[in-house]
Amino acid sequence: MPATSLFDRALRKSPWVFHVGTSGCNNCDIEIADCLTPRFDVERFGVRLVGSPRHADILLVSGPVSRACRAPLQEAWLEMPRPRAALLVGVCACSMGAYRDAYGVAGPADRVIREVDPEAKLVYVPGCPPKPETIIAGLVKLLGEL
Amino acid sequence: MEIERLGEWLFFYLVFPGAAFTLALGLALSWVDRKVGALVQWRQGPPPGQPFWDVVKLLGKEVIVPQPAWTGFLVLPFVACAAALLAATLVWHAALGLPGGALGDLVVVFYLLAIPGLAVVLGGAASGNPLAAAGASREMKLILGYELPLLMALLVPVFQQRLVEGRQVAAATLSLEGLVRFQELAGEAVYRPSGLLALLVALICCQAKLGLVPFDLAEADTELAEGALLEYSGPPLAMFKLTQAVQLATLPVLLVTVLWGGVERSPGGVATFGAKVLALVTLFVLIRNTNPRVRIDQALRFFWGPATAVAILALALARLGW
Repeated sequence: MPATSLFDRALRKSPWVFHVGTSGCNNCDIEIADCLTPRFDVERFGVRLVGSPRHADILLVSGPVSRACRAPLQEAWLEMPRPRAALLVGVCACSMGAYRDAYGVAGPADRVIREVDPEAKLVYVPGCPPKPETIIAGLVKLLGEL
Repeated sequence: MEIERLGEWLFFYLVFPGAAFTLALGLALSWVDRKVGALVQWRQGPPPGQPFWDVVKLLGKEVIVPQPAWTGFLVLPFVACAAALLAATLVWHAALGLPGGALGDLVVVFYLLAIPGLAVVLGGAASGNPLAAAGASREMKLILGYELPLLMALLVPVFQQRLVEGRQVAAATLSLEGLVRFQELAGEAVYRPSGLLALLVALICCQAKLGLVPFDLAEADTELAEGALLEYSGPPLAMFKLTQAVQLATLPVLLVTVLWGGVERSPGGVATFGAKVLALVTLFVLIRNTNPRVRIDQALRFFWGPATAVAILALALARLGW
């Protein structure tokens, strides 16, 4: 589809986000919630948090993927209608951070998602936790990839 | 319906004041909804084109049909949207006093407006998802709750009677055109005690019909993950979003037509009408943003208790000539 099609423009103007917390420490979740507050207000860009992966365009993952969360995360990814992409927020989701080599984790989120969909489009937002500005910057980058 | 006027009816249904116009107005009003909601929270909110882009995006996305779903899962969203648009056409036709005589009366509009709610119930149940089933069951109970007081409130102008130039005038008709003409003759229904009570009850019922907080139990983002609409994606979801937008335009217009005098055919009259509709929508949004969600038993007790009692009181007052 050419980059100038109506649907392509609509996709960039209305990214709906489904948030999956994969056993993180909640620090990233607080920063993600910050993005919705008056100071940053991502609804200005049409971003909406939705309650069902079926409605979402972007899967937002925070936290290292524990073994218990591996299957639900993969399921959430597969339930999303195409075109879809994932935003990995925080160093844990990107590369497991402090949980590297821990016994209870199944791997960083990118590896877990690529197990079921090798072609998945991913954008990494490292930080512990990343600032809301960083998350928004990552989101903008992701919209360029869509 | 005469066959030579088919073109005119199609124009009414598809362009003005039906599909194209009502959709545009509905999307604009759902932007008002989100913008006012954002302003209440001291946020800037989405740009004006946001609902439009949302719908275009949903129309272009993949459709996923859950394995246990039957055909109705995909058909019902379109039925819901078509029914809402037909209801909108009938209401607008009467409100604007368009040529062509009476198209349908209050009862027809009332039934048509019930179809989107039923479509959500059936579609949610058809998806086979347990959360969607819970949402569908709540929506069903909510419909049982609000339909009774809403119908009674909308019947108030039918029973109203006035003294105009020394003789008693009563609407005594269910046709929307008749109600508009009665109000032109005898003054708007809402400026009598019975009409005011009716508008209050109808407002609260419409809040539930639109699925807005405090009656958003069927969609319940937080615990039911969008409830009955959970399994919908792509174009069918877009149809439900469009249906909601159409209802957001139709219900205030219906209330203004039945209780607040319809549209006077002059620039000032159109502006007044627009201001009334916008005022009702803003009221919906403010109620939505300043209240917590109620439980389903609380909602039912409210609709069958105080709301119905006030509606009965309004009917009695109307019959007594207030």
